[in-house]
Amino acid sequence: MAVCIAVIAKENYPLYIRSVPSQNELKFHYTVHTSLDVVEEKVSAVGKSIGDQRELYLGLLYPTEDYKVYGYVTNSKVKFVIVVDSSNTSLRDNEIRSMFRKLHNSFTDVMCNPFYNPGDPIQSKAFNGIVSGMMVQTG
Amino acid sequence: MESLTLSDVEQKYYSDLFIYCDTDNTKKVASNGRVLDLFRAAQLPSEVVLQITELCGATRLGHFGRSQFYIALKLIAIAQSGLPLRVESLNSVKDLPLPRFVVGKNEAEARHAALYQDADSQGLYPAAGTALIPRPPGRGHQNKKAPPSSTSLPAHEVIQPLAPSIETQPETTSPVISPHQSPPTSPHSWRKHKRQHSGGNTDRQQVVAASGAVWTQFREPQTGDGDGMWSSHSPPPLPSQESWVSFTADTPPSSTLPAMHPSSVQVDTTIRTVASATTTNEIQRQSSSYDDPWKITDEQRQYYINQFKTIQPDLTGLIPGSAAKEFFTKSKLPILELSHIWELSDFDKDGALTLDEFCAAFHLVVARKNGYDLPEKLPESLMPKLIDLDDSAEVPEPAAEVVYSASPVEVTPNKSPSMPSLNQAWPEMNQSNEDTAIVHPVPIRMTPSKIHMQEMELKRTGSDHNHPTSPLLAKPPELSEETKLPPTMKFVAANTVGGKRQDFIFSPSGASPEALKVVAPPPPPPRPQQSHSRSSSLDMNRTFAAPSAPGQPQPSTIAFPPAVPPRPLPTQGVPAGGTVLTATTSPQQIPQQPNFADFSQFQAFAASEQPSSLPEIDKHSEVEKISEGAGPLRAVKSDGPADERTTATAKCSSGPLAPPPKPVRRRLKSEDELRPEDEQLGPQKAGAIAAPLTAQPSIPRSIGKDKKAIQASIRRNKETNTVLARLNSELQQQLKDLLEERISLEVQLEQLRPFSHL
Repeated sequence: MAVCIAVIAKENYPLYIRSVPSQNELKFHYTVHTSLDVVEEKVSAVGKSIGDQRELYLGLLYPTEDYKVYGYVTNSKVKFVIVVDSSNTSLRDNEIRSMFRKLHNSFTDVMCNPFYNPGDPIQSKAFNGIVSGMMVQTG
Repeated sequence: MESLTLSDVEQKYYSDLFIYCDTDNTKKVASNGRVLDLFRAAQLPSEVVLQITELCGATRLGHFGRSQFYIALKLIAIAQSGLPLRVESLNSVKDLPLPRFVVGKNEAEARHAALYQDADSQGLYPAAGTALIPRPPGRGHQNKKAPPSSTSLPAHEVIQPLAPSIETQPETTSPVISPHQSPPTSPHSWRKHKRQHSGGNTDRQQVVAASGAVWTQFREPQTGDGDGMWSSHSPPPLPSQESWVSFTADTPPSSTLPAMHPSSVQVDTTIRTVASATTTNEIQRQSSSYDDPWKITDEQRQYYINQFKTIQPDLTGLIPGSAAKEFFTKSKLPILELSHIWELSDFDKDGALTLDEFCAAFHLVVARKNGYDLPEKLPESLMPKLIDLDDSAEVPEPAAEVVYSASPVEVTPNKSPSMPSLNQAWPEMNQSNEDTAIVHPVPIRMTPSKIHMQEMELKRTGSDHNHPTSPLLAKPPELSEETKLPPTMKFVAANTVGGKRQDFIFSPSGASPEALKVVAPPPPPPRPQQSHSRSSSLDMNRTFAAPSAPGQPQPSTIAFPPAVPPRPLPTQGVPAGGTVLTATTSPQQIPQQPNFADFSQFQAFAASEQPSSLPEIDKHSEVEKISEGAGPLRAVKSDGPADERTTATAKCSSGPLAPPPKPVRRRLKSEDELRPEDEQLGPQKAGAIAAPLTAQPSIPRSIGKDKKAIQASIRRNKETNTVLARLNSELQQQLKDLLEERISLEVQLEQLRPFSHL
């Protein structure tokens, strides 16, 4: 159950962050922020030459008692972070991967839009729709 | 502009007048003849008219917008009633009579006006009580009713609130305007009737009757309109003519009246249509205008195409995103909205606009500038592919009519007759593609290929069905499809349609394989090589199977492995029973040749039921399924040179049906299986190859008769051999690569596994 989805730019500022509103959003923002450290660590560690999707998907970054944080980094160092509630039946790895894949695809679509300036907050309705779907479907 | 509050009657009246004057359907009335005539008809001194013009702000703007026009009319009414012209008086004067205009020309309007007036005066001003001027002096018959000031001007027609009815409801509008007579029969079912004094309107009745026919006819097309009002209003009984006049002013419409303003789409559109009807008296146009509001008329499309040419001279080419951004930024819409429009219109998400996408985007921009809200999803009529996607069924909310008036092109209500046919063609296409449900933005998805499989089936079964639509399909979409085909293979939608179009263009028989080829998702690098080799081998196949369409080789070069298997099967099943027949020369050798490849494996697998055989069999079964069960495995095998291809393609064909990782795995598996088998069979292969080769020379010797045919077959076989050998080597190379890749992946997995257990 994705309770929070965030897209962080290369310079580590958020392009898009959305949480299930019922919860304390600040907590998720903080979580996402701290998870960036783990992302960096993984990115530097997994410095393989083969740049396939496996490398893009960072897997579980940080589990806490309440939730798990998964990370995904694109080739342009844009990071996707998904916070998932642990109380739900733990999602399989494949499901998380597919979520990231969907995110990546819609992010690409947003990028393709010439009216989008990279670095701007993402305001695309299509992207919002995808994210809502992921947040609703999983929780 | 000073705020203006109008009574219902006034609203209607002014709206009608505005429509009348808005000959250009631009929702703003330039100081053209109509307006001037109208003002002149008000019989006010010219300086008063000038003053009015100034007051309403038209001089400022240079033209009469709707509000300016209304203000002007109100001022005219004020002036006519003898009050001083003041801005404040606009709202302060109560019970202001409607402005009177005496026009000597347009009888129809005059009659209408008169009718309106009667109705209005009678019914619309019940509360007013005052002797509203109402009775436009003018209509002879009205005189009877008009107690006050019925300066009968039999010769003159009075333009009376034709508009009101129009405004009130869309339905009324059109009929009302329709020159002469229409309104009565139109839906002005108008409760008002009751009010209207039936008396004294015998003339009107006649008029009504005459127009009744017109209107009913007119009305019918409009019933198709989204407005249910039309249908809800039965033709007002002729006797109660005033009915049409009595726009339901006192009824709910009145509540809607205040809601009407220039930005209201309905009003705009209706007015536009009405005006057009008035001017052109083209009922057809009006009827067509009530169709899909997002339809692009021919003029608009032509304009869009011209604009497209200014950016990209090649109509089949693409406009890059940056150029499109500059172009649309000129429209002065906020960036966010432009971004949304882009999202809607860039169908294949390639960052560039084809002609269709550009037209759709332009159309959306135009609509937005006219006050339409942007739809959440791209409307059907703007879909570049003409494929009914899952969400394309939604018709945009904004009102029923399309506002084209603001488009740079004078979009008169002149909906070309071809549009309906196009629209018909589109729904046909849509229906045929309904089950394709192509998900355009996901190139990776393999499901589209499955859809394409279905499509292929559809095509095979219903190619005839599709054919008729192809000529009807708009050229731009075709162009765009074909354009899209080469560059964006990855997008199913484009591919599907492109494939289909090509099918239409090339041959029905080649439809399915081509579609399959086109549709297949972007394969990993090795595949195209395979496809090339396969294509050549497919050529061979074709040469063996004479009847195949010549057009196939070309698309086949683009083909991906998955496409191959179905083709041989259907070709066997359908067009080329000839395949088997024509492969006269090779049948003997064919079983021998390919056997070295996979079929022996298959047989072995089938016999031994090794797990490796399962994927093969599965694939073949899939292939069979795909090809509508055409031909058993045997038949595939006996198809000759296609054997190895089919197996390989079978593997690949299974790929499209599964998510991306799976085909790789399966391919790996199958290839793994194949590889050892191949190695084992290598010597056998060589032997097998040698056998047919040796057999070939021996055959002609033995037969020794049809030298030419035999030599030709020999040549073909040799070519096939070389192709197959090449293919074999390539496949083996691929196998090695994939195995290496797999090993590396596994190693990575192992390495990362400990981490994933955090």
